[in-house]
Amino acid sequence: MDFNNTSDFVSGFWSMYVIVLTLVSVAGCGVFLLIQDKAKTNAGSTTGHVWDENLEEYSNPLPNWWRWMFYITVVFALVYLALYPGLGGMGGSFGWSMRGQWDAEMKKADEQYAPIFNKFLKQDIRAVAANQEAREIGQRLFLTYCTQCHGSDAKGGKGFPNLADSDWLWGGTPDKIRESVAKGRDAMMPAKGTKPDLTAEEIKDLSSYVRSLSGLSADAGRAAKGKELFPAACAACHGPEGKGNMGLAPNLTDKVWIYGSSEAEINNGITHGRVNRMPAWGEFLGEAKVHLLTAYVYGLGGGAKEDPAPEAPAAPAAAEAAAPVAVEKK
Amino acid sequence: MSAESRTLTSASQESLEASLYEARQKIHPRAVSGIFASWRWIFVWVTQLVFYGVCWLPWNGRQAVLFDLVERKFYIFGLVFWPQDVFWLAVLLIISAYSLFLFTAIAGRLWCGYACPQTVYTSMFIWIEKLVEGDRNARIKLDGAPMGGAKLARRAVKYGLWVALALWTGFTFVGYFTPIKTLASSLASLSLGPWEWFWFLFYGGFTYLMAGHLREQVCLYMCPYARFQGVMFDPDTLTVTYDGERGEPRGTRRKGDDYKAAGKGDCVDCDLCVAVCPTGIDIRKGLQYECIGCAACIDACDQVMAKMDYPKGLIRYSTENAIAEHWGWKEIVAHIVRPRVVLYSAILGLIVLAFAWGLATKASLRVDVIRDRGTLAREVEDGLIENVFRLQVMNVSETPHRYAVTVNGLDKIDLVGERIFEVPAAAARGFVVSVRVPPEAGKTGSNTIYFDVKSMADQQVAVHEKAIFIIP
Repeated sequence: MDFNNTSDFVSGFWSMYVIVLTLVSVAGCGVFLLIQDKAKTNAGSTTGHVWDENLEEYSNPLPNWWRWMFYITVVFALVYLALYPGLGGMGGSFGWSMRGQWDAEMKKADEQYAPIFNKFLKQDIRAVAANQEAREIGQRLFLTYCTQCHGSDAKGGKGFPNLADSDWLWGGTPDKIRESVAKGRDAMMPAKGTKPDLTAEEIKDLSSYVRSLSGLSADAGRAAKGKELFPAACAACHGPEGKGNMGLAPNLTDKVWIYGSSEAEINNGITHGRVNRMPAWGEFLGEAKVHLLTAYVYGLGGGAKEDPAPEAPAAPAAAEAAAPVAVEKK
Repeated sequence: MSAESRTLTSASQESLEASLYEARQKIHPRAVSGIFASWRWIFVWVTQLVFYGVCWLPWNGRQAVLFDLVERKFYIFGLVFWPQDVFWLAVLLIISAYSLFLFTAIAGRLWCGYACPQTVYTSMFIWIEKLVEGDRNARIKLDGAPMGGAKLARRAVKYGLWVALALWTGFTFVGYFTPIKTLASSLASLSLGPWEWFWFLFYGGFTYLMAGHLREQVCLYMCPYARFQGVMFDPDTLTVTYDGERGEPRGTRRKGDDYKAAGKGDCVDCDLCVAVCPTGIDIRKGLQYECIGCAACIDACDQVMAKMDYPKGLIRYSTENAIAEHWGWKEIVAHIVRPRVVLYSAILGLIVLAFAWGLATKASLRVDVIRDRGTLAREVEDGLIENVFRLQVMNVSETPHRYAVTVNGLDKIDLVGERIFEVPAAAARGFVVSVRVPPEAGKTGSNTIYFDVKSMADQQVAVHEKAIFIIP
C-alpha cells in the first residue's frame, strides 16, 4: 500500500466537494478584494458598534499595504494548494506527506546513528557485554523498550522474569537471549496440567508439594498426597523431580517464583493455567539494536558462562511444536 | 488621511468619504535636541551597548551569555538554565509585564517613546539617513527630485549603511545562540549552517525593513502593546499634552509683539511639533492613539518658547486632570500614588524580590525520583519487599560531582547496590536504585519515603526528595 498517497475519503465525491468548496472560497476572497478596491468608507464616522460604554469602532481606511498583503494571501493559498496536500484527495505536486516526512527523518536519523550501533554488530556478545560504551547504549535501549515489563533494574516483577539472575526459562546463552529478544516467546501452562480431573483439594495438595520442593513451609500431609499426584499432573513438563525443562517448563525446586510463591497464587496457577508472552522485537528494532540489548542482558550478571554442548539444529516445525506447551515458572 | 479622523475623542470628528484604503504618506521627522531627546539617546546607547557588546564577553572559558539550543542550556554569566528552568523565563516575562503596567499607568507610553527596539532602531536608522541625506527639508526635497547621479549616490550610500547595520544586528542576534567568535570565523568563510543563515538574514532583514522602511507603520498597524497600553491610562496618567487653554487661539507673530492684546494664545503656529513627530500627528489635536510618547514635540516647542521668551511647557508631560483643574507639579505628583499604581508597585516589588532571592539560592543539583511503572513492588529473598526507582540526577553546576544517595522514612529501609554516583559537569544521568524494607515496616499500599542526595564535596549541595514506596 502506498502510504504517501492515501486519502481519508472512501468516496470520490467528498474529495470533489472539498476541492470545489476550497477553490470557491479562495476565489471568493479574491473577488471580494477586487470589489473593495472601488469601495468607499466614511472616514471619521463610526460603525455604530460600542463596547464598554464608550469604546467605538471607526470606519477609518486601512493602510494600503494591507490590501497587498490580502492579495498575497490569496496567491499564497493557491500556490500552497498546488504544491502541498489540501485540495481534497490531491497530494500536491511536491508529493509531500506526513508519512513521507517521517520516513525521511527516520532515514536521516538511521544514517546518523546506525554506524554507532553497527560497529558492535561484528563483535562477539561477550566482548560487547564488556564494552563500556555498548553497555551504556544497551542500558538506554533497555530503559526505552524493556523497562515497562522487566523493570529499570531488569529484575522483573510478577509475571515478568528477572533478567539479572542466573535462572533462565529459555536459556541464558547469547544465542538463546538473542532469540528471545528478536523472536519473542510464547508460554502456556494448561489448566490442571495434564490431569484435567484434578479436584480443588488435589490442587491444594499439589501446591503444598511444590512449595515443599522449594523449601517453603507446607502441610506435610497434603505435600505427601501431592507427591502422589505430581507424576500424572505435572511431570510431563516439569520433570519427575520438578526441576523443569529449559524452554518448556520452569524449575519448581528453586526459590524463583515468577507469579509468587504463596499457596493462593500456586493454587490459582494450577487451577487456571498460565499464559504469557514476550513480544518479538527483531523486526522493530533491527539486528544491531537486538545485538546490543542481548549483550546488555547477557552482561547483567546471569549470562551463561559456557555454551551448552552443540546440538543438532532443531527443525523449525519441531521448534514450533515445542513452543506452545511451555512455561509456568517461578 | 487626516490625523483628526483618528483622534481618540470623537467630538471633533468630521466624516468624509474616502477610499477603503489610504496611501501611506512618508514621514520625515525633523531632528530634535533637548532633554527628552537626550534621554532617548541614552537609552539607545545603553540598550545597544548591551546588545552588541555582551555577546563578546568571556566567562570561565565560554561565552558569558549564550543560549545553547542544541544542548538545551542557557548560560547567563554564572547561571546555567535548563529546560526545567523555563519557570524563570515566565517570571521574567511577568516582571516585564508589570513594569509595563506600572510605567504606563504613571507616565504613559514611556516604553514606546524611549526603549522599544522599534524606536531605538528607527532612531539609529534616521540618524544615518540624516547623515547622508540631510535633515527633514533636505530629505523631502530629495524625495521629490528626479533620479539622477547625486540622488542615486546618496540613496546607495544610505541603503548601504542601513544594510551594514542591519546585518551586524542579525549577526549579533545569532551570536547569542552560536558562540559569536565561531560564528564570525564561519561567516568570514561563508560557511554558516542553514539555520544560522536563516536567522542572520531574517533578523537582519526585518531590522532593515522595520527600522528603515516601515517605521511608524509598525506602531500604528502591527504593535499590540501600542493598543493595549491605552487601557492602562487614566485621568491621572502623565501624557504628552498640549495646553490648549494657554496656546489658543494660535497665530503667527513677531517676537516681542503684545500678542495677548491681539487676542492670541502662546502657540506661534510654527508647526515644529508636527515636523518632529515620528508618527506625523499634530499633538495640538489632543491625545491620539498614534502618539508613542516620545516627547519630541515637547523638546521642539520648548526651544521655540525659549526663543520667544515665553515660559516653557506649552506642550508638556501633564495629566488630563491637571489640565482641567490647573494643577501644578505638586498636585500631579500627589496623584501618582493611587490604588492601581500602589497595586502594580506592590506586586512588581514582590515578584522582583522573589526572583532575586530565587536566583541567589538557585539549586545546583536537581533530582527527579521516578517510580518504575511496570513493577510496583516485588518480593525478594527473605520475604523483603523491593521497589525500584530511577533517580534522574541533574548536576546544574559547572563542575563534576559525586553524590551519595541515602533513603529513609520506613523502618529498616535500605538501598541495594550502588550508593555513590558520579555526574559530569552540567549533565544529567539516570540511576536505577532498588529499595528494600521488611513487609511489616509499613502499611499495605503507599508509604512515603525520602531520598537524600548529597554532594560528597559539599554537604550544602543536597536534595531531599519525596517518593512513594508500595507494599503489596
